[in-house]
Amino acid sequence: MTVSTTNSAYWKGVRDGAPFILVVAPFALLFGVVATEAGLNVWETLAFSIVVIAGAAQFTALQLMQENAPTVIVLASALAVNLRMAMYSASLTPHLGATPVWQRALAAYMMVDQSYACSILAYERNHDWTPAQKMAFYFGAVTPVIPVWYAMTVVGALIGSAMPAGLALDFAVPITFIAMIAPALRTLAHIAAATASVILALLFVFVPFNLGLIIAGIGGMVVGAQVELWTSRRAQT
Amino acid sequence: MTDPAIAKGTLWTVIILLGLGSFGLRFIFLGLIGDRPMPDWVMRHLRYTAVAVLPGLVAPLVVWPTATGGVLDMPRLAAALTTLAVGYATKNVLAAIFSGAGMLYLMLYLLG
Repeated sequence: MTVSTTNSAYWKGVRDGAPFILVVAPFALLFGVVATEAGLNVWETLAFSIVVIAGAAQFTALQLMQENAPTVIVLASALAVNLRMAMYSASLTPHLGATPVWQRALAAYMMVDQSYACSILAYERNHDWTPAQKMAFYFGAVTPVIPVWYAMTVVGALIGSAMPAGLALDFAVPITFIAMIAPALRTLAHIAAATASVILALLFVFVPFNLGLIIAGIGGMVVGAQVELWTSRRAQT
Repeated sequence: MTDPAIAKGTLWTVIILLGLGSFGLRFIFLGLIGDRPMPDWVMRHLRYTAVAVLPGLVAPLVVWPTATGGVLDMPRLAAALTTLAVGYATKNVLAAIFSGAGMLYLMLYLLG
């Protein structure tokens, strides 16, 4: 499909991004509910979603704060979950690097898994797009998603306080995380990284300040990187 | 959930610093570094951050759930394994969540 103007690139982005509402809305809703269960009020919950806009990192921070982990550990763990954004940022740079800096800053603020994935796939299909058209597509792709993220957080926070006990909502966070991890286990290296992380986290659970999680995270990354090297060497020989 | 009282000062410190940090991670290459290439070994480790951190966060919550006072719980273990299996097989996040929640409620109902 050809895109002649930045305007049509924007609307193509909106169409490509719209299906992700179905993914983002339930997550935002769940975050609102879980945050309310953790004692946050509606405004705090909304502020969390507006300032951070990162579901997995928000759930991580919330969980660790409830465990009374030190603030440094809360931040380090949640930012580690968000490190993939640096990867997205690096991979978008060749496409969007030539646009004005305020647009890049805005694009950075609204960078989420879905907008990144659908934009980078569109750029790979459309080599002839100008940087301005690529940026227009990007803004189009986030347009349906970001307002839904804010709005459904509020809805979740409002219904969260009305949720009856006995719904076992304590387990909403583990189920959500497992559901996000499982499809990401694409290669042997990913599976090895996740397995190492589980084993290390369980072994080092006694370490104070939730440092066991940091050990598990670093250990998992090293194992993943090493297994990737090993499998690519085997593939070459 | 464990202790519902998260100190307000801690909460706002985390919201603001996590927001700044997340923006920094998103902006660092796009905004500041431009198109200089990153060393291979950095990219190789960055690829595994999510699958290295999230399982470590979840594993203790599954094996020693807070709601049961840290005692291994069949409904929660079954729900976790169901979510993992469905998520891995279907690559569909929402299908995995609903299967896991369904298994949790089914087991809680049967064993409850």
